[in-house]
Amino acid sequence: MLREVSINLPVTPEDIESLTPGSIVYLNGIVYTARERVYDKIMVKGEKLPDNFSSLSNVNFHCSPAAAPQEDGSYHIGGVTATASFRFSKYLADWLDLTQTKIIIGKGGMPGDDYKNILAPRGAIYLTTVGYGTGALLGRGVQAVESVHWLDELGIAQAMWMFRVKNFGPFLVDSDLQGNSLFAQQGEIVNQNIESLYEGLKEPALHRYGETHDRKNELM
Amino acid sequence: MIQNSIIEEASYEIMKKAAIDIPEDYLGGIKSVAEKESEQLSGFVIKTMVKNYEAATEDRRPMCADTGLPRYYVKVGDNARFQGGFTGIERAMRSATARATHDVPLRPNRVHPLWRTDHNNNVGINSPEVEWSFEPNEDWIDITTVHKGGLFGTDYRMLFPGDGIDGIKRFLLDTLISFGKRGLCCQPAIVGVGLGGSKDTCMQLGKQAACLRVVGDRNPDPEISALELELKEIGNGIGMGPMGFVGSSMVVDLHIEVGHTHTGGMPISVHTFCLSSRRATARIHGNGEIEYRTDPKWFTPYHRRETIGWEEASC
Repeated sequence: MLREVSINLPVTPEDIESLTPGSIVYLNGIVYTARERVYDKIMVKGEKLPDNFSSLSNVNFHCSPAAAPQEDGSYHIGGVTATASFRFSKYLADWLDLTQTKIIIGKGGMPGDDYKNILAPRGAIYLTTVGYGTGALLGRGVQAVESVHWLDELGIAQAMWMFRVKNFGPFLVDSDLQGNSLFAQQGEIVNQNIESLYEGLKEPALHRYGETHDRKNELM
Repeated sequence: MIQNSIIEEASYEIMKKAAIDIPEDYLGGIKSVAEKESEQLSGFVIKTMVKNYEAATEDRRPMCADTGLPRYYVKVGDNARFQGGFTGIERAMRSATARATHDVPLRPNRVHPLWRTDHNNNVGINSPEVEWSFEPNEDWIDITTVHKGGLFGTDYRMLFPGDGIDGIKRFLLDTLISFGKRGLCCQPAIVGVGLGGSKDTCMQLGKQAACLRVVGDRNPDPEISALELELKEIGNGIGMGPMGFVGSSMVVDLHIEVGHTHTGGMPISVHTFCLSSRRATARIHGNGEIEYRTDPKWFTPYHRRETIGWEEASC
């Protein structure tokens, strides 16, 4: 059976240490969303983080919620789903240093080298959402919007949302502190079979650029 | 005479239903895929997805927060009479989109491609898309909405007649493997294959095959129908399951649509409709009554006609 763990946030180094690739995780506490526009704002334009940011949350969710502002000033959070994280890799080293974030949650993981070179040395790990479409289950886990930053400027999808969550999950642990990756391990097994799938299928009449072994070759 | 307000009501309701309720045919399909899945991780992912569909329906919240790019497919009966002309229908559907975006809520995904400006209502230039088709003799209007994710899982290639079925298999493998890794195309999915037509029609046919036909539906051409099943097995034989984990659950069903094409070519497109296969249809009858369903019934015999004229009695 797959191992299941519930963790209170902010996450401690001991909790991080205990998580192994393939474990199922539920979270309780505060998580924040931040993606390209927030990263740009803080790290490229040099703007300030909200007060006491690092002590509030050390979990960065790569997410744009389906949220709607209500007339009474509150927010209606419907579904919550992660977005693909590999696009944010260039920001992460500086972001982790600045915010002391220890868990990244997103869709699809990041390249193995990022775990070895960026996350693991900073005591951080990666959790992936499950199946990627569990918006309703994750939406249930959001108890309240603690605060939202730069909503007018960045819009609903790119604003920084701070969610108070309970039993928020499930997530799967992708990377550990050694830089191992569940996606990489699984991908290697799948890759072993790939060549055999093409056996007996004739070559295409016209190749595509990048499909030949030598890029100086003509396509035909 | 069908009033604009009825068209808007129907469009609004299907926006909600599509975002929240997984279609029965897809749910049945994914459960049967799950029964064959022997890998622990892949099995866990599918079971979690099924729980997610239940949570969405119970709570009336979107099953996935990336509520895709909401769009419409409209089929108008020859005898349908409606207020405000075709632009009236379009205006009603745009208004329904904006209201549903706030009320469900849907994620306001639509932004300008360069300036990234967001009207926060999923309405903008060429958005939502509306595709039109027609049906002889009927007095109804069918409006279908599809909310499909927009980033991964689709590809196009110009093949040639000599590439034959091998070329189709090769391209299907290329697409499913490349987008299946790490589960970027959110498999297990309904896969649509467009064959023939012009380049743009080829893309359109493949997308419609993925999004507008239900699990278990077969192409009326017996040889194409057999190819659908063969390609489905090939997809599930890759060794990949949800999230790109080791498994056998890649394709819930596979649909092929064809269009007559250039004599020298055989263009192909492949599309994957994700784990949250969001579609819903409303039929607005001539008397204003609305019926809801999840089967778009888009590819009618008339829609796939091969002849110059059309006589329903002959088929």
